[in-house]
Amino acid sequence: MTVQSIAPATAASLARAVVCRGVTKDFGEGDTRVQALRGVNLDVLGGEMTLLVGESGCGKTTLISIVAGLLDPTAGEVTVLGQSLRGLRGRRLVQFRGQHIGFVFQQYNLLPALTAAENAAVPLIIAGRKRAEAVAKARTVLEAVGLASKVNSLPSQLSGGQQQRVAIARALVHEPKLLVCDEPTAALDAHSGQTVMQLLRRVAVQPGRAVIVVTHDNRVFGYGDRIVHMSDGAIERVEERTVAFSS
Amino acid sequence: MSWIAIKMLTGDRAKYLGIVAGIAFAALLIAQQASIAIGLLMRTTSHIQDIADADIWVMDPNIQFIDELKPLTENDLYRVRGVPGVAWAVRFYKGQGRLKLDIGGDKKKAKYQQSVVFGIDDAALVGAPREIVLGKLADLRRPDAVMIDENGYRYVWPNEPLALGRELEMNDRRVVIVGICKASETFNTFPIFYCQYHQAIRYVPQERKVMSAMLVGVEPGEDAEEVCRRIQEQTALRPAKPGDPARPGLKAMTNQQFIDSTLMYFVRRTGIVVNFGITVSLGFFVGCAVAGQTFYSFTLENLRQFGSLKAMGLTNRRIVGMVLTQALLAGFIGYGLGVGGAALFGKAMTSSGSRLAFLMPWQVLAATAAAIFVIVLVASLVSVIKVLVLEPAVVFRG
Repeated sequence: MTVQSIAPATAASLARAVVCRGVTKDFGEGDTRVQALRGVNLDVLGGEMTLLVGESGCGKTTLISIVAGLLDPTAGEVTVLGQSLRGLRGRRLVQFRGQHIGFVFQQYNLLPALTAAENAAVPLIIAGRKRAEAVAKARTVLEAVGLASKVNSLPSQLSGGQQQRVAIARALVHEPKLLVCDEPTAALDAHSGQTVMQLLRRVAVQPGRAVIVVTHDNRVFGYGDRIVHMSDGAIERVEERTVAFSS
Repeated sequence: MSWIAIKMLTGDRAKYLGIVAGIAFAALLIAQQASIAIGLLMRTTSHIQDIADADIWVMDPNIQFIDELKPLTENDLYRVRGVPGVAWAVRFYKGQGRLKLDIGGDKKKAKYQQSVVFGIDDAALVGAPREIVLGKLADLRRPDAVMIDENGYRYVWPNEPLALGRELEMNDRRVVIVGICKASETFNTFPIFYCQYHQAIRYVPQERKVMSAMLVGVEPGEDAEEVCRRIQEQTALRPAKPGDPARPGLKAMTNQQFIDSTLMYFVRRTGIVVNFGITVSLGFFVGCAVAGQTFYSFTLENLRQFGSLKAMGLTNRRIVGMVLTQALLAGFIGYGLGVGGAALFGKAMTSSGSRLAFLMPWQVLAATAAAIFVIVLVASLVSVIKVLVLEPAVVFRG
């Protein structure tokens, strides 16, 4: 299967990989209506790691779900890689996600019956690449995340940190322009969490690729170029940092 | 994505085996019960199948099946012989005989047994059994000679070796067994006796008419169904008096038509189809419930994975394809195991000498496959709906 490319990103758009303007999101109706986001304005720059931080229920997950095209905003405009998500619907939106966005989930969400290499190859398989070719590419990415010796292991044979590294390889294998990570360290111990963040910094953050990490783990705040503090569905403040991180 | 779907399914051994076992059980029950029902129904036609010499059966116009034969006149025989396309037509008798098994012995210990008596053409022995186990067909021409079917012999004299020369009483007349032949299992399990026509009609109470049916052969090149139509047309009688309806001709049916007519009679007039249909339906619904529930549970456990795949760009259409691939694979394996098990059961039972009626024609396999296909579709439908309505954003909810 070949997938038609949607909205190739320009250099100008990559400078601001994600632009949110006046984004609101309501859940429920009438008396049960809950406003999860209240007019959020956010810019995420390419080549940077942006951390979305805040208390549980402050709207972080809702915001990245909207940015990743998994949820529709109630109001406001979201532009990702120069493409307005409002203009993408159904199959085109699904294709856009598949081509340009990589995902890292809190619970890894690896397929338990597939090996590490096969799991990492899934986005390429979805994009229509042949199995052997996709798995070969996935092996090189797994080597890059330090799992060369585990390519044939099943998720059940890997530690939590190793599983998350497989998930990172899976998120990067199709070379997306935007990487969305939801609490990537929440299920890991402190050491594994640090390893995963270092890996994200080293492998994921590249010129032309924006990385958004949702976290409430203040031990990893040091890895972000920009920390967006959220509270009660709105952005409280944005903290820009100079990262003194070296791989 | 098919290989991923298959790995997902087979990777969860417990669920996979549960789904396959549910489907296999349903297929086994459906195929086995249907085969027994068909085997039982086909036994109602075994007499017709065993008499292969004739192309056409000619009977009274009101006959529906072989056990209700109404006698014809000798004139009918000559009228049928005159129909164009008829090569030959011979008398055939079918009736019942009451056997007394201890001839010359203690009357208090006498054993009685109902039996089926076939009187076949005296001259050419048309209608004779096809396979003789012991004795010679020509011996039927000896006085009081009868030939008994092997199943009937073992039914009457269980655990005794096959032997010729046994004497019995049939409706108070002496008969001698001069041969033992093969015959298909019958519906009522009565022993079957073959003898010459003139001899058979001596065993039964005298009636005005005794000829049960005619066995007819058609001329080479003639179409049997066309000859049947001609017989019916040319044996019709004029109305008894002006204004009365014309009296229908004799009923003429090819072997296959007579088999079908007999089968339909038993289908309509007995509870065989209903009774076995209930069991088959039970297998179907149990299969739907077990396979559906297990498959749904499997899908629920993999919901997060399906959500991840959707988030990563997998379209709903391809997800439906994955779920259907999983369901069809489980269905295919379960079907194979189920019908294989049913066939082995049938083979084992019939080989062991059991009198189980079991016949598994391709139609049973096809119907079972169709039922299993519906089961897996139903089983996967609920799961497909669950996956289709799944919001991919669910993957971000820890």
